[in-house]
Amino acid sequence: MTTSAHETVSDVVIVGGGIMGSSAALFLTQRRRSVTLLESALIGQQASGTNFGNVRRQGRPIVQLPLANRASAVWRRSKELLGEDVEYLQSGHLRVCYRERPELVGNFEAYAEEARHVGLDLELFSGNTLRNRFPFLGPEVLAGSYSHLDGHANPRLAAPAFARAAKRAGANVYESTRIVIVEKAGDDFRVTSEDGRVFRAPVLLITAGAWAHFLTAQFGESAPLTCRGPTMSVTEPVPYSIRPAVGVATPIEEESVYFRQILRGNIIIGGSTRGPAYTDERRASVQPPNTLSQLKQIRRLAPALEQLRIIRVWSGVEGYLPDSLPVMGSSPRVSGLYYAFGFSGSGFQIGPGVGETMAELIDTGATPISLEPYRMNRFGGG
Amino acid sequence: MVECRVVIVGAGPAGIRCAETLVAAGLRPTVIDEGRRDGGQIYRRQPENFTRSYDMLYGSEARRAEAIHGGFDALRGKIDYLPETLVWNIAERQLYAAAGTNQIMVPFDVLILCSGAVDRLMPVKGWNLAGTFSLGGAQIALKSQACAIGKQVVFMGTGALLYLVAAQYQKMGAHVAAVLDTSPWSLRLSALPKLLAQPSVLWSGVKLDLTLRLAGVPVYNGIDPLEIEGTADAGVQGVSFKDRNGEIRGVACDAVALGYHLRPETQLADLARCAFTFDPGTRQWLLQSDPDGRSSVAGVYLAGDGARIRGARAAEASGRLAAMAALHDLGHPQSAEIMAGLRRTLARWTRFAQGLAQAFPWPAQQAARLSDDTVVCRCEAVTAAELRRVVLETDAIEANRAKAFSRVGMGRCQGRYCGQAAAEVIAHAAHVPVEQVGRLRGQAPVKPLPVVIGEDAA
Amino acid sequence: MSGRFVRLSETNRSQLTIIVDGQPVRALEGDTLLVAMLGAGRYLRQSEFGDGQRAGFCLMGACQDCWVRTEDGARLRACSTVVREGMRISTRLPEATWSNAV
Repeated sequence: MTTSAHETVSDVVIVGGGIMGSSAALFLTQRRRSVTLLESALIGQQASGTNFGNVRRQGRPIVQLPLANRASAVWRRSKELLGEDVEYLQSGHLRVCYRERPELVGNFEAYAEEARHVGLDLELFSGNTLRNRFPFLGPEVLAGSYSHLDGHANPRLAAPAFARAAKRAGANVYESTRIVIVEKAGDDFRVTSEDGRVFRAPVLLITAGAWAHFLTAQFGESAPLTCRGPTMSVTEPVPYSIRPAVGVATPIEEESVYFRQILRGNIIIGGSTRGPAYTDERRASVQPPNTLSQLKQIRRLAPALEQLRIIRVWSGVEGYLPDSLPVMGSSPRVSGLYYAFGFSGSGFQIGPGVGETMAELIDTGATPISLEPYRMNRFGGG
Repeated sequence: MVECRVVIVGAGPAGIRCAETLVAAGLRPTVIDEGRRDGGQIYRRQPENFTRSYDMLYGSEARRAEAIHGGFDALRGKIDYLPETLVWNIAERQLYAAAGTNQIMVPFDVLILCSGAVDRLMPVKGWNLAGTFSLGGAQIALKSQACAIGKQVVFMGTGALLYLVAAQYQKMGAHVAAVLDTSPWSLRLSALPKLLAQPSVLWSGVKLDLTLRLAGVPVYNGIDPLEIEGTADAGVQGVSFKDRNGEIRGVACDAVALGYHLRPETQLADLARCAFTFDPGTRQWLLQSDPDGRSSVAGVYLAGDGARIRGARAAEASGRLAAMAALHDLGHPQSAEIMAGLRRTLARWTRFAQGLAQAFPWPAQQAARLSDDTVVCRCEAVTAAELRRVVLETDAIEANRAKAFSRVGMGRCQGRYCGQAAAEVIAHAAHVPVEQVGRLRGQAPVKPLPVVIGEDAA
Repeated sequence: MSGRFVRLSETNRSQLTIIVDGQPVRALEGDTLLVAMLGAGRYLRQSEFGDGQRAGFCLMGACQDCWVRTEDGARLRACSTVVREGMRISTRLPEATWSNAV
């Protein structure tokens, strides 16, 4: 609904068209809230579109699993929900550790025991059983924790598909709309774009990823957000045969690589050292030394990939918080203001769960998902 | 002066003349080239155990080819030469190169990119069938391997190279089934004033055309390609097209050489973050450069067809000029007179190239007419229908967005051969000017990189 | 069926033999792998996406259409690889070798 030539009014304005904002827009329209979704460039172009595409619950903090489970349910019905295929494959997720870190096997066991109580069943493998089942693993791999209901999806398609579904359900979606001023004027939020367009709503949700703090600061709130770019690579296509997404559990960033094969046959490789990212230029280029260290680590994890070639690398701008947990929930200071950002390189799987939870919170004022770990004011300051 | 690390990428006519100029000034440049031997594509050297003479191989350009090769041979020992080496990425004034599976880091203060060009392609239904080759590829088969790409070869597309390669095939005893030129004759007349910037080259072109016609080769101008016919198993079996009167014709053949002039190889400059500008004359994005070859990035210079398609002789001049510009910027005084002379030479070639672009235009209008089942991206087998779908259903109007949604340009060649045509398909479907579609961003690696890269060093 | 490429001259080079899909193929020293294979056969590989056989395209290492596989799984770009005696090449798509029961 437009009240004047210059102002668009709706129940909720969402700033940031990644997977969080796009899925929140869809779930809010399903709850019969009018929604305006604003994106500075194109929907799902940065962290949401350039990440690895893991739809993985295992390895997340136990406290996050209810949210991850909720997201998992959305992914499972994504084709019906979105009316299009975002290449979601529930083909399993394997988390492995190396022989030089045998202590991690104990961690796997403890995590599996806790996860079982929160609805995530994991199966542990080692020795010949592991190798027979996953013959592509290298000799340094000691043990693996397997989640058969996790999987992967195509990040390039997911957020845009959520935004299109929201649009079909009635949301206003504006791309190339860079927001420069956010303020509260009376009961409403007033959101102004670089080119002078104004959007009003009694509720404002900020899902602007690495750019969020430019907006939160205008309400006197801050989180120590930094940005980095993931190191991604993809191989030429080979016949599809590796079903699970596979990743390494390790405390060393350089060692933490992962890969997955898509149905067309290409193998996507992610992880190892992240590179710098620049919010002002909307850019994160892959650092060649990081590509080299990633390939070195992937050869260790899966020597079977050695005969392939990398045909493309990419990165994107991701927002990180010091404890690797997002800010999610309502603003401690300003009523009607909500946040969901800073997913620290691991937001893709939970994205649709975040959208559904934020929609629920905004619509009903409450959610059964515990948002305590994600408080805005947990960092002090602000 | 402090020892300055100057690196040239490419050992074709531009790179070789560039290296000569730097060596003459007392520098020892590094020359990195993907080829096994120097010469680039145009003066590609045949394998050592081949015996054909320069005259047989290079015709009217024999003395130039000999001079280029001789010039490079004379540089041995005065340059650091890395053949069969792919520069796959650039960061922080450092080149990342691969020689087989060996990883080589080459730091530089000055980088001169002489990366050359490849064929510019407009898809046609059936161009993914085995037996369709790029026009440049057809020429390489002949010059470097003494082979014809088939028993009956159709040359289709437009540009001076179309006639040159067809005539070379004819001369070497291959059967040229037809030459099918999408440009009407009338455009050559209107381009004449510009083409007269190089009268002798113009005359060579006229002679090629006459030679083909006198030899009884059917030459059609102003055609509209319909289909490269054949089957997935047998490959190419014929070509159908509309002649200039709109009559549908067919030619039986087992091979097609297809090409619409050339496009610069700009991936490395893109990774070095050099800026581009849209060139309306050729409807393509070209690297920004001053007349001497300075890119928008300090210390990065551009020369040869990789900067702007002007041909081999212009490449020699621009290689020299870029080297002189780099030397000047490094504090070596350069002869203003010589530089001015090189600029005048290049200006004549620029005018001639504009004439060629006018006489043999890029057939943008064909993109609109491609049938939905035409494969646009050969690597990923993406059809025109899929590309149009992402434009119409998902508003993917920007080139990289359309790539993200449709996979066009996402394959092994990174859009080298489909990117420009895909932009035309998108522009037509979206009713926007092609420059608004933009261009596919360059992404490393410049060419496929082995996963085992650098393993030896590990 | 005879080869796709036609040799026009330079045929007095030493001969050598490579194996393509288990069959001996005669080549000449100095041939690229692409020329050796298309001198005797009709194609180099299968498209991964079901649109038939491929025989390369640019011959200058730019289009990446001519990557073939040796019998031990190594990849070679046929247009920029010099043929060597005894090379064993497969034009078929590789088997899905790493399959795992899930």
